[in-house]
This record gives sequence, C-alpha cells and structure tokens, in this order.
Amino acid sequence: MSTTLPVLDPRAVGLTLGEYEEIRRRLGRDPNLLELRLFGVMWSEHCGYKHSRLTLRALPAEGAALLQGPGENAGVMDIGGGWAVAFKVESHNHPSAVDPYNGAATGVGGIIRDVLSMGARPIALLDSLRFGSLDDPRTRRIATGVVAGIAGYGNCVGVPTVGGELLVDPRYRGNPLVNVVCLGLLRHEELARSRAGGEGNLVMYAGARTGRDGIGGAAFASEELDERSEREDRSSVQIGDPFTGKLLIESTLVALRGGGVVALQDMGAAGLTCAASEMAARGGVGMQVDLDRVPLREAGMRADEILRSESQERMLLVVRPEAAGRVAAVYEKWGLCAAIIGHVTNSPELRVTHQGRVAAALPPYTLADAPAYRPAASEPQQLWDRWKLEPLPPEADPQTALPALLGWPDIAGKRSIYEQYDHSVQVRTVVAPGAGDAAVLRVTELAPKGLALAVDGSGTLCALDPYRGARLAVAECAADLACVGAEPLGVTDGLNFGNPEDPEVFWTFRQAVVGIADACRALRIPVVGGNVSFYNESPDGPIPPTPVVAMVGLVEDVRRAPGMAFRGAGDLIVLVGDPASELGASTYLRAVHGMDRGRPRDVDFAVHQRVLAVVRDAVRAGLTRSAHDCSDGGVAVAVAESAIAGGVGAEIVLPAGGRRDAVLFGEASSRFVVSVGEDDAPALFALAGGAGVPVTVLGRTGGERLRAAVASAGTERRWDIDCDLDDLRTAYDVLAGVFA
Amino acid sequence: MRAGVIVFPGSNCDRDCLHVLGDVLGQDAVEVWHAETSLDGLDAVILPGGFAYGDYLRAGAVAGTSPVMAAVRAFATSGGPVLGICNGFQVLLETGLLPGAMLRNRSLQFRCRPVHIRVESTRTPFTRGLREGQVLRLPIAHGEGSFYAPPALLSTIQDSEQVVFRYCDADGRVLPEANPNGSLNNIAGVCSPRGNVLGLMPHPERASEAILGSEDGRGIFESLIAFVASRHPVAVG
Repeated sequence: MSTTLPVLDPRAVGLTLGEYEEIRRRLGRDPNLLELRLFGVMWSEHCGYKHSRLTLRALPAEGAALLQGPGENAGVMDIGGGWAVAFKVESHNHPSAVDPYNGAATGVGGIIRDVLSMGARPIALLDSLRFGSLDDPRTRRIATGVVAGIAGYGNCVGVPTVGGELLVDPRYRGNPLVNVVCLGLLRHEELARSRAGGEGNLVMYAGARTGRDGIGGAAFASEELDERSEREDRSSVQIGDPFTGKLLIESTLVALRGGGVVALQDMGAAGLTCAASEMAARGGVGMQVDLDRVPLREAGMRADEILRSESQERMLLVVRPEAAGRVAAVYEKWGLCAAIIGHVTNSPELRVTHQGRVAAALPPYTLADAPAYRPAASEPQQLWDRWKLEPLPPEADPQTALPALLGWPDIAGKRSIYEQYDHSVQVRTVVAPGAGDAAVLRVTELAPKGLALAVDGSGTLCALDPYRGARLAVAECAADLACVGAEPLGVTDGLNFGNPEDPEVFWTFRQAVVGIADACRALRIPVVGGNVSFYNESPDGPIPPTPVVAMVGLVEDVRRAPGMAFRGAGDLIVLVGDPASELGASTYLRAVHGMDRGRPRDVDFAVHQRVLAVVRDAVRAGLTRSAHDCSDGGVAVAVAESAIAGGVGAEIVLPAGGRRDAVLFGEASSRFVVSVGEDDAPALFALAGGAGVPVTVLGRTGGERLRAAVASAGTERRWDIDCDLDDLRTAYDVLAGVFA
Repeated sequence: MRAGVIVFPGSNCDRDCLHVLGDVLGQDAVEVWHAETSLDGLDAVILPGGFAYGDYLRAGAVAGTSPVMAAVRAFATSGGPVLGICNGFQVLLETGLLPGAMLRNRSLQFRCRPVHIRVESTRTPFTRGLREGQVLRLPIAHGEGSFYAPPALLSTIQDSEQVVFRYCDADGRVLPEANPNGSLNNIAGVCSPRGNVLGLMPHPERASEAILGSEDGRGIFESLIAFVASRHPVAVG
C-alpha cells in the first residue's frame, strides 16, 4: 500500500499514519496542509477524547433533574422554581507547568466561558491543585504562581473563589495539576446550547481580537512534558485578560436575553476551528467562514494561525440575521469586537476562505468526531505488594503526631491561599472557605435555599487502588455536603492521568471511571460532564492517577448550614458513625512514618447513605452546632480542626480498640464529628437510633487546650494529647510560610 | 431615595450594591453607565468595587477619566452625597475628589477577609447614624488598599476630621496588627473637606444581611437614606 504523504508529515502535527489514512478515507482525498493542521488539533487527545470516550460511557448520565448532560459545554441541572445550575470542571495542567500564572489564570477564564456558554451567570469557582513537595524550590515557584494566577483572574472577573483543595505528592513535581470548577446560575428558559442551525443564520465572532498566542495549545496539552517544555512551549500558553473576560460575561448575558442567538460556544482549545466544527457538527449543518473578517491583533496572520489561535476571551455565536445588529451593538457597547464572519449553510461542509480563496472545505464531523480507541489495559503487578501493611511501625507519640498531621499540606489550613481570592463578591457566600467542609452559596432567587459545593480526589490513594480511591472521592464529597445539610445533586469529574497508551496507566483510568460510576449510581446522581487530561508525565514518570470529583448539592435552608467550627464551651462532641478505623493507606502513616502503603478502604454506600442522612437531617433540623467530616488524620484531626476553626478547646476520650494510634488517627468513611447542645443531644441520638447509625459521645467543648485520650482500664486518666490551641493553630497554619 | 450605582467596564460589585439598596433596603437604585454625562434626578451616587478598566495602569486611574466622572464631580461640588467603595474609593482618589493615594498592600498580595473598623467621624451623610468609636465588622477584598498621603497632607486630613474609619481590633483598639494592608495610621476611609464624599476600602454591601455573617455595613446605607430624607422632607400620608 502506498500513501502519498502531504508536504508535512502527519506525525509532525501529532497524528499517526493510521489516523492519516482515516482522514483520507473520510475525505476521499488527501487533506491539504491547512486541513492537516486542523486535524492535528481537533484529533489531539485534549479535543478529541480519543482514548477516553468509550470508557466514559460507563458514567451515569441520567436523572429527573438533569436538563443537559455530557456533550455540551457544561452540564445543567434543575434546582426548582424555574432555576437551574450549570457546572463543569476543566484542567489546565500543562500550561500551568510551563507558565504557572498564565496557565492557571486562563484555566479560570476558560471554564467560566464554558458555563457562560450555557446561558448561565458564573457565581462560584473552586480549585483543585496538586503539587510536588513544597520543600522543592521549583514546586514553590509553580505553586505560588498558580495561586497568584487564580487570584489575578478570578478576583478581577468578579466570580468568587469559594473553595478547593490542595494535595501534595512528590510525583506531581514535574507535572502539577490545576483543575478549576465553575458553577453558574440560570433560568430554565435561558438555557443556551452550541448546536448551530438555520440556513442563512449568521456566524458572529465576539470578544477579544485573535493573536498569535496559544497556537497549538490543544496539541501541546496532549504531549508529555520534558525538560525543554518550560523554555520552548511558552508560546503554546495563552495569556488571559480577566477584564475582557468580565466584559464578555456581562455582554454575552445581555445578548442572550434579547433573543435571536441560536447557539454559542467559547473559542477555547483549538480556537475557531473547534468552535466552528463542533457547532456545525452538533447541528448537522454546514458553515461558511471567512477568515478575512476575523478581528486580528496583528496583520499578516496565516490562515492556520487564525484558525488554531487560542487567544482568550472570544465567543462564536450563531445569530438570526434580524438579531445580528442588536447583538453586535451589545458587544460594542462593552468595548468588544463583534464581526459577522460567515453563515450557516445546508451543505454538509465547513468551508473556510482566506484572502479570497477556499483554504479548507470539509465535513464538520470529520474534524469534530475524532476516532475512538480502546487501549490495552493491564493491572500494575506491584500494587498488591504495596497493600501489605506488616510490619507496622511502632506507635508514634500522639502529642507530636497531631501537630505533624495538622501541618501536613493535605490537611493544613489553606487560609494563606484563600485569603488571596475574593470569596465574597456577588454576596452569595454563606459558608466561606475554611468555615465548613463544603462551600455554601445562597440562591437569593429561591431564598432560603442554597447550593453547596465540594471537590475531592486523592491521587495518592488512587495510586494504591484507583477503583477504591475514586469511590472515596465521591463519598468524601457527599460527606462534605452532608455537613452543611445538602443533598447531592450531581457531579462533574476531572480525570488526570499519564499516557493512556501505557496499559498500566490506562488500567488505572478505567478503574477510576468505573469507581466514580459505581459510587454515583449508589448515590443516584448523574455525572453531568467533565474533563479528561492525559499525558500528565514528566521525565520522573507519570503522575498518580488523579480523578477529581466536584459535587453540587442543594441546601434547603442556608440559615441551617452550621460549618465545622465549635461554637462555644459546654457542647457535647459526638462521633456519628461506626467508630472503627484502620491505619492502611492513612495520612498518619504517610505524614508521620513516611509509609505510603496499605489498601485504601472501600466505602459501603448503603451504610454511607444512612449516616449521611442522619447528619443531613440533624443539620437541617438545627440540632448540630457544628458538623465536620472525619477523614484525613482521623478523629483527633477532625476534632482539632473544629477546635482551631472555632477557637474553642475540647476534651475527648475515645473508646479503646486496637492500637492507640489507630484509634486517634486511623481513617474510615462514614464518620462525622458533630457538636451539639446538651438539650438537643437526645433528638440527635433518636435520629441516629432510628436509622441504625451508632453514635459515641466523645467529650465536651471548652477551654483553650485540646485534650484527647484513648479509654483504658486503668484508674488514672492520662491524656495522650494535651496541646495548647495556639500551638496547634501555628502548626495548622504552616502553608503561610509558602503562600503568604 | 433614588441612588445611582456607576457601572464602569470592569466594575464587579455594582449588582451587589443594587441588591442591598434595592432588595434589602427598599430604595430606588439604578445603574448608571460610565458613558452617561448626567446624574439628574439622583439623590446619591455610589462608585462600586471591582477592577474598572482592568486596573492595569493603576487602580482607578483610567476610570477617573470616564465621561460620568465630570458629572460626579459636579454632583459632589453641589453637595450631593458620593460613596466610593474599594475600587470606587480608588477612583475618587484618582480624580482628586478625595485626598491621598493607594499603594499596593504591604503583603503585595490581594487580601479577602473580615476586618474591624472604628468610626472616627459621624459628620458625613454615611456615618451620621453611627456612633463615634463604634466598631464595624466588614470584609475587605483588595490588592491596592494601602492608604498613603505625604506628611503635610496627612496632617491636614487628620486635623480637618477627614479620617472617617480606621482599622482596629474587635475591641476598637487601633493597633498595627489590626492593619491589613499597611495603610498610614490605619486609615480605612476618608471624606472630602465638606464630608459629602466618602471613600472606604471595606465592603459594607457585603455585610448588610445577617446571613452573610455581619449586618454592620447596613448602618452606612441607612445613614445615607436618613440624610437624603432630611434634605428632602416629604409629606407623609
């Protein structure tokens, strides 16, 4: 078989020779050079989901409240009263590795526009960050740059950053992760989509001008990083302009409300090429686009540069001809470009002209529907060895282990980070970062209702067992939501993995997806969409498999979302759920003993659901003065966090059961530390008793010390932990040394 | 009261101010686009927080040259009450309607957290309903909030009772550790010599409802409403 290669080797644009054959088959001819470059970006992993699409079908995407599932720019769910929420997670890992500030900033901007594309006003952001060890100077530069970039964009654009998480593992050193979640609010009738339609309707370009930045960014995101990346891939990173982003939000919302906008989409990854081909393909129509009418930042840009530029803050709209003048006037009022660059046709062809000549002409689907592969998967053999726990190290002194755990970056207070983010703009934030397990936003339009948001996902645990680790992420989010009285509504998942062509990496991906799917089915909630980021590798190897789960829930009454802080002296501290816990794969073993071993626990979702319901009902009934999920670091850390947050000490005695360190710091799912006034305790116990959920009174709040002991048969009480609250607070605030 | 909230490109607290004035306090509050040249019919003007024009040059610098600012200046000259919050304060400094300047925060980072401020003067339309020495708990959210004035100007501002708010601790003590941004003498808000133009860095509109954790900001708006009512006595009936 002989293949006529074009001037450019397809492999130079990231395509395989097999993919080149597939392009020829679809077109019935050789692509020209420009078309080949378009295939290069559209069939990149980042745009085409080639290695993930078939696996993602396992995720549940149905539910009565689901208004828009995967396949659009963001998922949309009903929240009652004619209102809906749009939400999605997006990764910006590679750009953040190369240019931390701009990489993170444009990650924020991009996901905001995805939510905006659904017709929603963006009302909240969350960030899920993964870095190497913060002792490493290069990692510090990346971490502080990422936080500054999130602040720089988010603060200016006027969308509050209300929560997030940060986890540290040396395996992220060469390839940090930056996943951003955006939540938007809209009325049902305002729901917009990206399906082009209506022959003769106009294609309008709106927003910032197109420049030579971020060209080929989607392809760059689909390669492994190496030593050269930091120097040589800078031009693949887009530069964000939050001011223009803010103007684009306001103008687009006004433009949509006026009617006549048929479809819209952000020009993000793969720029104009992606927006035009996807919008046309979704609508089953053709599109004529004239590049000479695209507003450019500089003269002399080539057709492939205009088509593949990932300049930020740009939208592509399909508008009815009679509305075009009004829509353009809206954008112009806000000082943005608005240009008619083409129209919808009923021929099944995306036809692009440049300087009077046809530069590319091909069916939209050929670009938009990249081939789908089912890669080989094989279970990493060394996993089973790492599940072996014996021999366990000797017990550490709890008095020193507790501060060590509180200062472990995954657990440590994130105040020095979230104080750099505007988290109160838009006057919706009821439970602010650091105040509760989940952020709570009021929905003034549906008062006293609100929305709760949480994000979770441990690559460290998924490296030990990706199926269980993914289930834990979903379970943790639901637990966080229960603490603020919220019922889970839906999930968006950010799936960050190494090279999918490596069978061991792909196996972890498949396990994680199935884990999320099983967990969401158990909770009866859909996955409304998400993001896959592969090729997260550096010369040090692949990152740990990192599914990031963000969950949105409904709060019935935001006045009853207590937060995690102890509120005063004399309250009972109660552990809700089975007190048993285990040391395997615990933060205690990692942080105190340097031991990354053990099999992560599996979640019994039947039990989990019962315990969640008790906590949620107790919170909703106003019985609890504080509620906190008991997870990383076990009971001792959970109580310490509530004490630090409230500035109120505690004395607790834990029931004996095995090793002392396991009782204090061992981990288990479906456990909560709540504080409750003495008068309300019987009602809480009755609620738990009715559901068959155990409760254990651990002690009382009060004082300026945290004292904890494991019950013993001896007569004299000896505190295993007796720490001044100020000292614990100092230990907990360790990240200020990095970020403040 | 009919209040106008100026909307610059890049303002992002305009809707929050409209919400508090309109939905919470039941006033007639309207948006005023920055290209407007008239403020006719308004009893008060509010310059909201945000990043007008992106603040890429210097916070408030470009907004200070907006068409509407000539009208704001005339409104202020005629004694109309003008309130600048955060970025709005920065704009008022840039136009010279208020004395002094803003530097970047001492930390060189944006800071968003609740702070306490002490009422230093009740002679303005925005503080006449408050008590001198009263402590308010309001959030700040800014990167350029370190108030500066050269020594002579600082003396003038202080001597002529133009310092309206100072950062303090929860008990009202003006201490260096209660200063979140390095402002000279803990100054959080200043007014014009006549007192009818006020700028402050903390956000009273984010602290006007109990559900948001503090209602202390409400008194500032309620003072303004009472002031406007006293200027235009209307028959009740």
